This record gives sequence, C-alpha cells and structure tokens, in this order.
Amino acid sequence: MSAAETYFEIKNLQAETEGIPILKGVDLTIRQGETHALMGPNGSGKSTLANVIMGHPAYDVTEGEIWFRGENLLELDPEERARLGVFLAFQYPVAIPGVSVAKFLKSAYDATHGDEKVKSAAFLKELRENIKYLEVDDSFINRYLNDGFSGGEKKRMEILQMLTLKPKFAVMDETDSGLDIDALKVVSKGVNKLTGPDFGLLVITHYERILRYIQPDHLHILIDGKIVHSGGPELVKRLEESGYDWVREEFGQEVLVS
Amino acid sequence: MSKESTAILDDYKYGFYTDIEADSVPKGLSEEVIRIISAKKNEPEWMLEWRLQAYRWWLKQQPPRWAHLEYPPIDFQDICYYSAPKAGADSPEAQAELMATFERLGVPLHERDRMAGVAVDAVFDSVSVATTHREMLAEKGIIFCSISEAIIEHPELVKKYLGTVVPYTDNYYASLNSAVFTDGSFCYIPKGVRCPVDLSTYFRINALDTGQFERTLIVAEDEAYVSYLEGCTAPSRDRNQLHAAVVELIALDRAEIKYATVQNWYAGDKEGKGGIYNFVTKRGHCRGTHSKISWTQVEAGSAITWKYPSVIMEGDHSVGEFYSVAVTTNKMQADTGTKMIHVGNNTKSTIVSKGISAGQSINSYRGMVQVLPDAKNCRNYSNCDSMLIGGECSANTFPYIESENSSAIIEHEATTSRVSEDQIFYLKSRGLSEEDAISMVVNGFAREVFKQLPLEFSVEAVRLLEMKLEGSIG
Ligand SMILES: Nc1ncnc2c1ncn2[C@@H]1O[C@H](COP(=O)(O)OP(=O)(O)O)[C@@H](O)[C@H]1O
Ligand SMILES: [Mg+2]
Repeated sequence: MSAAETYFEIKNLQAETEGIPILKGVDLTIRQGETHALMGPNGSGKSTLANVIMGHPAYDVTEGEIWFRGENLLELDPEERARLGVFLAFQYPVAIPGVSVAKFLKSAYDATHGDEKVKSAAFLKELRENIKYLEVDDSFINRYLNDGFSGGEKKRMEILQMLTLKPKFAVMDETDSGLDIDALKVVSKGVNKLTGPDFGLLVITHYERILRYIQPDHLHILIDGKIVHSGGPELVKRLEESGYDWVREEFGQEVLVS
Repeated sequence: MSKESTAILDDYKYGFYTDIEADSVPKGLSEEVIRIISAKKNEPEWMLEWRLQAYRWWLKQQPPRWAHLEYPPIDFQDICYYSAPKAGADSPEAQAELMATFERLGVPLHERDRMAGVAVDAVFDSVSVATTHREMLAEKGIIFCSISEAIIEHPELVKKYLGTVVPYTDNYYASLNSAVFTDGSFCYIPKGVRCPVDLSTYFRINALDTGQFERTLIVAEDEAYVSYLEGCTAPSRDRNQLHAAVVELIALDRAEIKYATVQNWYAGDKEGKGGIYNFVTKRGHCRGTHSKISWTQVEAGSAITWKYPSVIMEGDHSVGEFYSVAVTTNKMQADTGTKMIHVGNNTKSTIVSKGISAGQSINSYRGMVQVLPDAKNCRNYSNCDSMLIGGECSANTFPYIESENSSAIIEHEATTSRVSEDQIFYLKSRGLSEEDAISMVVNGFAREVFKQLPLEFSVEAVRLLEMKLEGSIG
C-alpha cells in the first residue's frame, strides 16, 4: 500500500432497495489505525451502509465508490471482500442450523487465510482462548451457529468471529444494542484486543454509552441517508456527556422536511 | 444458472457404459420368459412355482396411481427382464472388464485392494459378479452371497423367509419383482453373532432397456447384529429404465439390522429426459422382542423415486427408525417416506425426513404411523423438514396417523424453509464461496441423517449432495 492510498474511503455513496433510495451521498474516510463511530436514529440507513460495504445483494448502488487498500470493493463479491480482510459484525446475525460454530469458523478461517494452512488442533486451541477471553461458555463451539442463541450470545458470537478471523477492517453494526453493562464490557474488551495500528474500525451505534469503552477518533452522525455532522474527540466528548438529545433537536427538523 | 454450473450438473460421472457381451432374454414378459429366467439360474421347482404364482397375481392388478408423481404408462412388454454379462470362468477377458467397471465406480472387488471393513456383493444388470470377504464371514457362520446362490445353496433358509415380509400380493411392483427378480444379496447372521464388517451391495444397471429387479433378504437371528450398505448407479441414457426392487429384513429377539442406502441412479438430463424409475418396496420386520431395524437413506438420483422403507414392530419393545435425505433437482420427482406399524407393546419409532428440492423438482414426504388396537404404550416421534432452493420447486408433506390405542404418544413436527439470501450472504461475508455456502446450509439441514451413516458413506453422501446442488442457486 502506498502512502498516498487511503485505508478505507467511501465517496458519494448512493444506494437503494426496490427502487427506494436509502443512502443519499455518503462520504467517509478512515485511516489505518483509526476507530470511527457512526450514530443516527433508527431507519437512518446505518445498517444499509454496513450491508453495502459488505456487498449485500438486496441493495443497488446507484452512485459512488468504496475503496479499501487500493481495491474498489464495489467490483468484488462479498466473499472476495472478506478475503481482503473486510468484516461485518451483523446487527441481526442469521442462524445456520446443523453447522457447528467450530466447523463454520474453521471453514471461514481457511477461506479468508487461504495461503496459510493452520492445523485443526492449533486452530481449536486459539478458538478456546478467544472463547475464554470473551467469557463465553466452552460448549459454545459445539453448538449450531446462532441457532437458538439469545440476543447477547449472538452478539458475542459476532465478536468471537471477528477475533478469530482477524480482519483488517471491521464494521460493527449495533453490536452494543441489547447488551447489559457487563456484556458490553466484555464485547469492548474483545474489540480493543483487535484495534491497533494495523486495523480500521467503524462502530455503528445509537447509544452513546459504548463510546466510553471504545474510544473513537472520529464520530459521524447519519440522518436520512446522509452524514450531517462529523467531528473529532470533542464531539465524542459532547455526546458522551450530554447524550444524544441535542442531535435530534438540531437535526430533527431536517428529517421531517426531506 | 451459469453455463459452467449447468455443465457440472450434467456431469453425472457414473454415466458411462460398459461394452460387454451379454446373454439376454428377448424383451417382454410371459410365463415362458419366467421359465427361461428360472432355468438359467438352475432354480429348484418351488422357486419357479412361486414366481409363476406371483406373475399370475400381477396380471390381475392395475399399476398404482396414488403417489404424487407424473409419468407416462410403462410398457412392460418393452423391457428386457434378464441380461447377464458373459463372464466368469469361460471368459476371463469379460471378467476383467467387469472388475474394471466396478473399480471405476469406486468399488474395488479384487481381494488385493478390497475395502477394509466392508464386504461387497457387486450386481451387474441381472447377476451378481463377485462377493468379497466370504471366507472370513463363513468362519463366523455368516452367509453373505447373491440371492441366486442362496436359493441353491441354502434353500431351507430362503424358503423359510422369502416373501414373509413382502408377500408377492403386497403391491403391483413387489409382485412383478417376485415374478422376475434376477439377483440381489442374501445375508444371514446366526444367533449371537455381531457381523464384524459392514456388508454392502453395489447395484449397477448397464444394458439398455433392461429392468433391474433385485431382491435382497437379510435375516438376523437372536442377538445378531449387522450393518448393511447399498449403493447404485446407471449409465446416462435418454430412455427411462425401470428399477423395481424388494428388500426384506427380519430381526429376531434382540437382533439389530441397520440398512443404509445411497441412491444415485441416473436422474435424467435437465429437461427431464431419461433416467431411472425407482419403484421399490423395502420393509423390515421386528419379529423378536427388543429387536431393532433402522433405515437410513440418501436419495439423490432417479428421475422418479417411489419408496417407503417401513418397519413392522411386532415384538414387544422393538424399535423402528427411518432417517432420510431426499434431494431433487431439475425435473426429478420423489415421493418417499415410511410406514411405522406398531403391533407389539412398548414399541418405539422415530422418523426423521429431510427433503431438499431445487430446480423444478417435486419432493414429497409420505409417511404413516399406525398403532394397532392391542399395542400398548407405543411411541412415535416424527420430524419432517423441507428445504426449498429457488422459486420453481415444490415440497409436500403427507403424514398419516392411525392410532387405535389411546396409550400411544405420537409427536409430529414439520417445517418448510427456504435457503435464504441472508443465510448465503452471511456465509459469503465470512469468505465462503456461494457453492460452499449452499453446501454448508444444506449439509447442516441434513446433518441429523448423515450422522446415522457409517463414516465413509457419510463423506460420500456429503460430496454427492454438493455435486447435485452445484449451480442450483441464483
Ligand atoms: N432490504 C430492505 N428492503 C426494504 N427496505 C429496506 C431494506 N433495508 C432497509 N430498508 C429501509 O431503509 C431504511 C433504512 O434502514 P436501515 O439501514 O436498516 O436503518 P438503521 O440501521 O439506521 O436503523 C428504513 O426505512 C428501512 O425500512
Ligand atoms: Mg440498523
């Protein structure tokens, strides 16, 4: 990667589903080593943005670009994006009955780390360590993927996958929603294990409380498919201290107008 | 569907034909033909008599039409009922050709490279060409040979058991089979013996316009145990071929029989041309107390499958099980399921059926649980799930419950699901290709059944499913 290349960049992204525009020109740049937060009310298009970054077939991109380390993601299939090191922690992970967590993760690891051949025993050892780190029960690895998992278990499962697959850039879509404070701490611990100079992270949330545990360098506010406000640590601090209400007051009108 | 994946779908790798000189009886069915077949096999008079009785009964019947299947009437005079490769001692060349055919099908018959842990009987069109591991089995008193051989070598056993589970009056195709059956396997496990290897028969239809009417009989005496595997293939042809088998299983006190099938007969091309009509009667009889019979089937081939492996639980505390995965693609049709008949007290049955439909195929589960008035404390658990791939296929579930004893506990669960875009996307987002994603979802769906198969068989079944479904989404 040349120095001039940006790590992750979205330019004027517009996307729709079934003819209804949802994203209406999103611009976002994340440099290597940075963590960004994206906030916004329900229905503003946060999950759509996450899904479009990963390549969900339900959305049509009508305009714009998404670049990751010199590759135009929009030209790639979801699995190719994953193999480049892009990861999405889903807001609503789906169940795959009959497929054990261990089998799934080994297949996913082999698919995303094609060149290195890791032995099953070594892989399981690391998986067990991660499971311990996330304070999940050991029986987890023999359960069927997300099948009958509680909301909290599904979220931990997403983080477990992220720790195991070691992506280079991750989007976390409301991983914090529905978690109690203890679970939130555990999840944050997992995320902080990955963040560092070789990683980029986009944390989608609509609660300010997660900002205390995962400290973003930048924060963006998405309303009606557009980023209406961005800022650095001072904005993070303001949200953390005075909550989210002023955002609604300040930008709420616009939501109604459009 | 992309060009490439269509090519893969058409690539039925067992579709080759072996050019070998055959000894065939002219097409058509008559008492004369039955007499010729019986004479070719040097059968005793009682066997011929039984065949003729079956034939006379068959003549008076009409073909069944109740299954959820569509096919033109079968012309029984246009089928050849006996075709045997000219091989054996008089023709070593032909024998070598046959060995090579089975080798190519992944079934080595030479003693030097035969499969460890599995004894194989190989049936080519109408005759058994080789049976392996015989001496070792004989030491334990186990008989594993072709049914033709058993009729001559062990007539008292065959006479005692043949037709006692599936009488020739049972149904149209069973009586046709009784009249013209040519080969198949005979297994006899004496009292107290656990068969140390899996017994296996591999059926191959080769000759054109030849029906395969195999007959298999497995008897497990008191406390005996056997695990039996059946595999089948046929060349790709654009004409339909008939396969009408009868399998009878008999388990005496505390005996256990496990019967597994991986059926991959040629299914026709993607327009639905050609393929095997697979009309089979399979039934087990738990004759003794605490006996157990379990059917596991992976039905992946045939243009039309029509089969209901069943268990009659007559002995008190006996157990019947049915585990099935039926995959249909293109224009295939399957109407399959089971009958669990509770006759004895405290009998227990389990049904797990997983239907997977893709393309424009039709996949129906038809199952009956019957509890007779005097059968106390019987239990049945049924779970019938269907999975649809794409929007043009269909799945049906026809469960029939006839419980005549109020102490019975019968549970039935059924679900229909679609392989969802979200599931595939989820797996792709973790780096899996579309093909791997589908195969993971489908194998997860069928897991409960695959788990019942012996290991090598379950690996083969998984691969078979992947091959069948390649290119069937999107
Ligand atoms: N697959 C879809 N089909 C139809 N409408 C959708 C789909 N995905 C999102 N939408 C609509 O787009 C808007 C934004 O949704 P979403 O991205 O899920 O918002 P958020 O994650 O910010 O709550 C909502 O109005 C939602 O109903
Ligand atoms: Mg959302």
